[in-house]
Amino acid sequence: MIFHNGKEIVIKDSSLSCNEFLKQVYKEHVNDYAKFFKMDTISKLAFLAAEFICNQASVLPKDKGDMAIVLSNNSASLDTDRKHQDTINDKNNYFPSPAVFVYTLPNIGVGEISIRHEIQGENAFFVFEKFNAKALMQYSTALINAQKCTHVLCGWVDVDKDQYDAFMYLVSKDGQFKHTEENINTLYQKN
Amino acid sequence: MRSVFITADNIVSPLGFTSVKNIAQIAQEQTGIALHSDIAMSASPFYASIIKNDTLEQAFRQIDDEARFTKLEKMMLLSLQDTISKASFSITNKTALVISTTKGNIDVLHSEKSVFSPDRAYLPVLGNKIKTFFGFKNDPIIVSNACVSGILAVAVAKRLIQSNFYDNAFVVSGDIVSEFTLSGFNAFQAISNAPCQPFSKNRKGITIGEAAASVAITTEKETNEVVEIIGDGSCNDANHISGPSRNGEGLYKSIQSAIKEADIQTENIDYISAHGTATLYNDEMEAIAVNRANLGNTPINSLKGYYGHTLGASGLLETIVGLHTMKNNTLYTSIGIDELGVSEPINIIKSKQSKDVNTFLKTASGFGGCNTAVLFKKHNI
Repeated sequence: MIFHNGKEIVIKDSSLSCNEFLKQVYKEHVNDYAKFFKMDTISKLAFLAAEFICNQASVLPKDKGDMAIVLSNNSASLDTDRKHQDTINDKNNYFPSPAVFVYTLPNIGVGEISIRHEIQGENAFFVFEKFNAKALMQYSTALINAQKCTHVLCGWVDVDKDQYDAFMYLVSKDGQFKHTEENINTLYQKN
Repeated sequence: MRSVFITADNIVSPLGFTSVKNIAQIAQEQTGIALHSDIAMSASPFYASIIKNDTLEQAFRQIDDEARFTKLEKMMLLSLQDTISKASFSITNKTALVISTTKGNIDVLHSEKSVFSPDRAYLPVLGNKIKTFFGFKNDPIIVSNACVSGILAVAVAKRLIQSNFYDNAFVVSGDIVSEFTLSGFNAFQAISNAPCQPFSKNRKGITIGEAAASVAITTEKETNEVVEIIGDGSCNDANHISGPSRNGEGLYKSIQSAIKEADIQTENIDYISAHGTATLYNDEMEAIAVNRANLGNTPINSLKGYYGHTLGASGLLETIVGLHTMKNNTLYTSIGIDELGVSEPINIIKSKQSKDVNTFLKTASGFGGCNTAVLFKKHNI
């Protein structure tokens, strides 16, 4: 399921695999970006989540250099790491591929979002044991305090053993929810 | 915003297990890179900078039982133990633990070769080992942002302290040489068949290395000579996920962001510690970005000739060498350089020389289009 600003906007059969789900969402809501199919699962998930926010020009800064992207998760890129590892485990069946290896870093999805929306602002990718509203709030606040950005696209994008979970929100000077740890946690649980 | 300083540091690498030992080796132009024949890692011999297991285990036994920890954990714990012992502050509930790594304990994924559980590959599991070992009160903040991780971790710690979320921080970085990364970079045809030669016309690609590094960061000036972190920036190229921007856009923007915050002129920068991986594209991109920033005449080196590319550790490791460059007022040779092989002029350090170094710039760039630049300034009080 996908919730946007508290509303259910996509509901799919829960038996769909992660990749099937993402493919259907892409076809119905994006469908103009063939590079999507080259991405690994976590980048697809990050890319799609960002689409729903970044396609609303009214909420974005005028200069996209003023927009930071700060994402996080638990399993880094292990979902894709295991795929690369499978290509090198057997010396008689050894086929490592640059197309897989390049995605064995969790921040590649940040790069994909940056390319798609031409965002040349601050980036960081953090790994936490579980969703960490406090750390995300603190780092976003620190970036804004240091005048490194006016907006922060922030969130959690995790894919691990066919379990997946993404939550993204935009921090800016104007908005309906105050940027607090409690509000971030409430939105994470609600959406 | 309040001032933030680096007050203690350590490097664990093939060149030694303290910063001082590492710098002494660098001053002698000694490299950690050697030819290795290890079929567990690669079918054919390869150049890499690898820490000897028995030397590491012997050193680690001084602090704990070595069998309980992976190689990377031993490296990172040993490094942080030294930094914590040298720092004048102790761990409180306002002390951050910032960790940077790209791949963590990636070697445990090969279940037939590893004696450790594959769960050890989860970075929070690694983070909690470090947290528990030293009794940190806060959960680790793990930065995993490709090859800028080590230097970005310094910026993250500084920014969180400046916004008063923490009083101080320990930052520890580490990555190992593994079959995983060797095979991946080989698939990219990015690995040199000789020790890497950053910025050289004859460069043939990267050499991989392993290291751990750590620093103490605080608002308290502790000694007569302190190093302040005066500016930082970390901007994306928004161009390509595995190739750097042709015009060095993200790196240029990162440098400009750091300079603006530090409120200094480019002529005040005495030295640049570049990323200098020795790939064709990276080194060319850096030369372009450095010239766009009017830093083409500033002395510059890459330390990859000593350590190889230590991935998520490199930014912090090379920052520490930069701190000692300022402390010793000595510019160290960019080993591997013969004939300059980039299209724009840069002032590469061809031999060790004495020079007053009061301000230096550390840069890094990585997959995903990421770039980071951080400025450091020496104060004598």
